[in-house]
Amino acid sequence: MADMTASTPDTTRRKGDTTLGHIVYVLRDNPVTMLAFAMLAFFLGCAFFGPALVPYDPLATNAARALEAPSWDHWFGTDNLGRDVFSRVIVATRLDLTISVAAVALSFVIGSILGSIAGYWGGWLDAALNRCLDTIMAFPLFVLAMGVVAALGNTVENIIYATAIINIPFYARLVRAEVNIRRHSGFAQAAKLAGNSDLRVLAVHIFPNSLPPMMVQVSLNLGWAILNAAGLSFIGLGVAPPTPEWGIMVAEGANFIVSGEWWLAVFPGLWLMLAVFTFNLLGDGLRDIVDPRKRT
Amino acid sequence: MAARSKMILGRVAQAIPVVMGVVVISFLLTRALPGDPAAYFAGPAADEASIAEIRETLGLDEPLFQQFFYYVGDLIRGDLGTSLTTGQAVLTDLGARLPASLELTLVALLLSCAIAIPLGVLAATRPGTWVDHLCRVLVTAGVSMPTFFTGILLIYIFYYLAGLAPSPLGRLDFIYLSPPHVTGFYLIDAALAGDWETWLGALKQLILPATTLALFTLAPIARMTRAAMLSALSSDFIRTARAAGLSDRKVLFGYAFRNALLPVVTTLGMVFSFTLGANVLVEKVFAWPGIGSYAVEALVVSDYAAVQGFVLAMALLFVALNLVIDIAYALIDPRIGLN
Repeated sequence: MADMTASTPDTTRRKGDTTLGHIVYVLRDNPVTMLAFAMLAFFLGCAFFGPALVPYDPLATNAARALEAPSWDHWFGTDNLGRDVFSRVIVATRLDLTISVAAVALSFVIGSILGSIAGYWGGWLDAALNRCLDTIMAFPLFVLAMGVVAALGNTVENIIYATAIINIPFYARLVRAEVNIRRHSGFAQAAKLAGNSDLRVLAVHIFPNSLPPMMVQVSLNLGWAILNAAGLSFIGLGVAPPTPEWGIMVAEGANFIVSGEWWLAVFPGLWLMLAVFTFNLLGDGLRDIVDPRKRT
Repeated sequence: MAARSKMILGRVAQAIPVVMGVVVISFLLTRALPGDPAAYFAGPAADEASIAEIRETLGLDEPLFQQFFYYVGDLIRGDLGTSLTTGQAVLTDLGARLPASLELTLVALLLSCAIAIPLGVLAATRPGTWVDHLCRVLVTAGVSMPTFFTGILLIYIFYYLAGLAPSPLGRLDFIYLSPPHVTGFYLIDAALAGDWETWLGALKQLILPATTLALFTLAPIARMTRAAMLSALSSDFIRTARAAGLSDRKVLFGYAFRNALLPVVTTLGMVFSFTLGANVLVEKVFAWPGIGSYAVEALVVSDYAAVQGFVLAMALLFVALNLVIDIAYALIDPRIGLN
């Protein structure tokens, strides 16, 4: 006994054994994940401080300087109304990130609750939930999102709800599987015997175990949610025209691409792509930290 | 054989509750329309009396439960309502535009399989080489590219800068006459009529949108092929085949590839779902007269009957396709039917 307690500090102090040590080790091993974190910081910076830092008012029109190519004055050029494309692209970050973060947060919460209940109690609840999720997955998801926005009304909030609805099945299934394999495990039974209620065992002891794989899912999903929201606004749903938003800016710029004014559509499209790319890289990196076996 | 047909019947039976669920969701979407559905179905020029009359004929004054049966009855008779923009039955509109979408989707999927499957096989047989890295870069970039942006980029490069592609406006340039309607697929119809000039014209229009969609679907197919090939190549029967002295070619294509194909076929079903969604965006970019752009046009003018018809049609198409893929899977896999 004495030997064991004495040797424990040694093993925990060994490099790479603690969670933090492991993260540092993986990050040093994988510069791409470092880059992803740096890009995430950049996008978050744009979202928080962008509107205060941009050189021009994103809504201010200037007919005298319409459709100018990128220059020192206007880094990304100006659009057909003389608005500065750079300012609009940066300011749009906040709206695009808000939509996707809100949508993913909603589906995370709802998916976790549904998945935990189905996984812990099982039975007819589980079967009913699975049928519902199957039905949602039976739709082409982008098409279902279109239908939901059309039915609920054409607003930004409804874009968020639609994106959340089509993402719920992924979270619910993940949590259900993670909860289901642990509901009869030793620590859960011990917690139950110690007098905890079912709800408390589920929420405090079992559910936290599903958080690591959920984080990976969240990150991959954020990228997908941005694409989805931008796609919806590209076809004219949700965000109304003067508001700067990447999807709608690409849609407006598309009219000028055939006459050669490429900067209107290319820069917002590029930013959108970078944002999605960041979240995808981050998801892959987080998966390396959480589950080393799935490394590709 | 009996076991196989039983399994196919079982799979068909599994699709029934899903179809019912799809119909219920579609009904809920229809009834959740903002405003008064009767006013929408009556059209903008209707007065109070005619709206009330339509409300009665549509059964909108009855309880929701009963309305659901009317809705299902309409569906069985193939009545999806009337489009406000075209003034025709939604089903007729969808039927007329479906071949355009299917032609685009199928050509894109063929193109993407033709690139992704060899790429995935090469990446799996030569891990760590430039082919493998190219595969990885394509996969990561492919999932990050918004389809509508790829399409616009391709238009700029190949239409505006290089002048190689025709103007991105629809299925056929106005200098050609559309081929006589047989299947609705221009490539097939033109070939049947022997009109190769029109065939080439239709192909030229098709290349850019099909490439856009193909780039989007490349990633999952290549990724799956690579993973399936890697696991097939590391299995015991491959080692046995190699040890027995079979040629590399025979081992790779006769044994490993045929086994790797099964998960790839399953992935294709998933990819098809993404493609149906992405279709909407690509059709808008290239002014392609398919059902996706029909739905977008309908959305813009709040023509909800058309949108709901489109959503339902897409879901049913997708369920049917997954059924076909699963049955094909059962037919390909020799293990089913043995036990």
